[in-house]
Amino acid sequence: MIKRSRGFYETFDRKDGSRTTTFCAGCGHGIIHKLIAEAMADLGIQDRTVFVSPVGCAAFCYYYFDCGNVAGPHGRASAVATGLSRVLPGKVIIAYQGDGDLGAIGFNNAFQAANRGEKFACFFVNNTIFAMTGGQMAPTTMPGQKTATSPYGRDVAKTGAPLRVCEVFAQLDAPVYVERVSVADTKRIMQARRAVRKALEIQRDGKGYAFVEFLSPCPTNWRMDALKAADYVTQEMERVFPLGCFKDRSSEEPIRPQDIEVADLRAVLGGSDGGVEPQPDPTFRERRFKFSGFGGQGVLSLGLVVAEAAGRAGRYVSWFPSYGPEQRGGAASCSVVMGGQEIGSPAVETPDVLVCMNQPSLERFLPTVVPGGTVLYEASIPAEVRPPQGVTVHAFPAMQIAADLGVPKAANTALLGALVELGLVEIPEEHVLSSLDESFSARPKLVDVNRRVYAAARAWAREKLKR
Amino acid sequence: MRKFVKGNEAVVIGALFAGCDVYFGYPITPASEIAHGAAELFPRTGREYLQAECETGSINMIFGAASAGKLAMTASSGPGISLMQEGISYLAGAQLPAVIVNVMRTGPGLGNIGPEQGDYNQAVKGGGHGNYKTIVLAPGSVQEMCDLTMRAFELAFRYRMPVVVLADAVLGQMMESLKLPESTLPRPETSSWAVHGDAATRPNLITSIYLDPDRHEQHNLRLQEKYARMKVEARAETYLVEDAEIVLTGYGSSSRIARSAVDRLRSEGIRAGLFRPVTLSPFPVEQLNAAVGDRSVLVVEMSNGQYRDDVLLHLDRRSSSEVSLVNRMGGNLVRVEDVIKAARGIVGVRA
Repeated sequence: MIKRSRGFYETFDRKDGSRTTTFCAGCGHGIIHKLIAEAMADLGIQDRTVFVSPVGCAAFCYYYFDCGNVAGPHGRASAVATGLSRVLPGKVIIAYQGDGDLGAIGFNNAFQAANRGEKFACFFVNNTIFAMTGGQMAPTTMPGQKTATSPYGRDVAKTGAPLRVCEVFAQLDAPVYVERVSVADTKRIMQARRAVRKALEIQRDGKGYAFVEFLSPCPTNWRMDALKAADYVTQEMERVFPLGCFKDRSSEEPIRPQDIEVADLRAVLGGSDGGVEPQPDPTFRERRFKFSGFGGQGVLSLGLVVAEAAGRAGRYVSWFPSYGPEQRGGAASCSVVMGGQEIGSPAVETPDVLVCMNQPSLERFLPTVVPGGTVLYEASIPAEVRPPQGVTVHAFPAMQIAADLGVPKAANTALLGALVELGLVEIPEEHVLSSLDESFSARPKLVDVNRRVYAAARAWAREKLKR
Repeated sequence: MRKFVKGNEAVVIGALFAGCDVYFGYPITPASEIAHGAAELFPRTGREYLQAECETGSINMIFGAASAGKLAMTASSGPGISLMQEGISYLAGAQLPAVIVNVMRTGPGLGNIGPEQGDYNQAVKGGGHGNYKTIVLAPGSVQEMCDLTMRAFELAFRYRMPVVVLADAVLGQMMESLKLPESTLPRPETSSWAVHGDAATRPNLITSIYLDPDRHEQHNLRLQEKYARMKVEARAETYLVEDAEIVLTGYGSSSRIARSAVDRLRSEGIRAGLFRPVTLSPFPVEQLNAAVGDRSVLVVEMSNGQYRDDVLLHLDRRSSSEVSLVNRMGGNLVRVEDVIKAARGIVGVRA
């Protein structure tokens, strides 16, 4: 039975309509509940409070607390409270967790929430045991303490020493308030009352993260009577878990988050650069390109320029890259498919056009080119090229042409010029050029020089390569 | 307005047009561009973005935000999605709306970052503990990565349940032209059930616990009724099935490969067609049977027959259709050539 407090429901209708609780005699939860309910009512915050129940003995906080209620998974109250506080700024969020729940399975969620300084109050009940599940060992279990899963007593050599959560959290920069209290006797309960109030004032005022740990008796699982259990808290637990305030920054100004200018969605997404609505055109044969080389040679962006040009010309087009670790220094390749109808597979297994900027990719992909297809490769690759039947192969000095114009990195642009000159792209040149220019929108100084590389490459190809 | 974007970026755009309030996530290839895009664009459009400490964190943050009636999402890939299963079960149990995008990579275990579709059963059959389902949408293009993400939010709130957008590495990484949505979605009304931290919603409770077995059974029965009701949302697309002698079927990027095979088979004079489910849960049972009838079916998938098993499950028992499978795993795409060979074999055998 909990004494009437204005923070509780009149009757516990979600339970059975009575005023009795689910707690055992001598359990600390009832007292802690009462302190929170009282503070909520006194501070006048019930309308704007959301309370996150744990899983464990206190799973049914929502039977009692008269405010918005959410019950989440075991150990995750701090993550659930984070989700709530992030979308309900200005509200009061409370997470209530036990020591198995917070100290074991949910420790990282609680710890990281504390480290981020999430705006909620975390009330942590330490009774040294998993109580609801039948008295198993928790991270907070006392050295030598016998539980259902430490039948010979907690062996610190094998299972570690009791986890002191306040001491851990107090090391973090972000928490505003960290205090350990006890509910073992009246004097200590008065201090716990002040701590609860303070944690909720911090929430009321939107100051940040507050953490209160309660040393709380569990006569049932400790197999003691209520008096003995309370005595154990004071005599034994306090030696391992000293009471006191570990951190209080509530009088300091909270750190302000970065200001990010907010704008309308369409303004943020920027202008239209995705081409025009593609139009079905049965006369436009599907063309499948593979661009390949080392990462950093610009093969992905070369493919992208070709793909975007096709998009601007109203063709259906897809671009599909190799990705992940392959991007970093190793081989890089991308597939581009353009056509007069919706594109099927975006992956190119058997290209019509293969562009190679290094030897491994030439060796790998040359045999895949379809009869009638064309290969364009960087002329400096020291390779003896044996083209498959019916495949045209061009060695093209892309690196040389780019280097001659002072931009060795623009070899990919030179290859673009050759592709267009050889009639392999079949997209009106205006779209190829606008797409090329666009690819340097972040570095406009490079637009002109790349145009020059493109033109020089076209001229070279016109003169030296047979179409 | 159109933009040439990756499928993963299209997901973010779809979420923004849906009115998504908050993104919680943890990086993983090949889904990370969704986090990148959300980290950039959510704060710029006045929404909340938070990188969680782990996927268990993300899904429970979503539980919190969804409890408040907000539009919340996350995205990940196999290993991360597996970590979220407990949370998804809780979302289903507490009847909370949420959108979870799975850009599938290979498994089991770490696998690699190549494309696979091995999370089909996990997504379609529930994945976590208990008698629940999610809605599962299967985009087949960059456009649908956007459009179905928007649709996912609509359905999540209409049925108050988690919705999975089941994509794969190809769809996430490829770029296509995206037509931006014309308009944003209207905000859903949530005050009857959500906890807003105000006087009107103070009596509301979000939970999945009913201690009394009869009450909990009732809760389960209500969920099953909801799953029956949502069958009207089943969608599928067909391509050249009317006169087909063989129906190819696949979802996601496998459907794109199958579509290429259909075109090539047609050019050889083999009348092939394509059946592509857009919703995997609810499964488009009627549409499948209408498209297939008694014709041969060739399933194309990047997994061990998980989707094929559902095709078999949902085909009319009186159908004499024979169902074959062409599949690859481990990060390999099914080759168009292999689909064509398999189809030729099936048609040849019949003729």
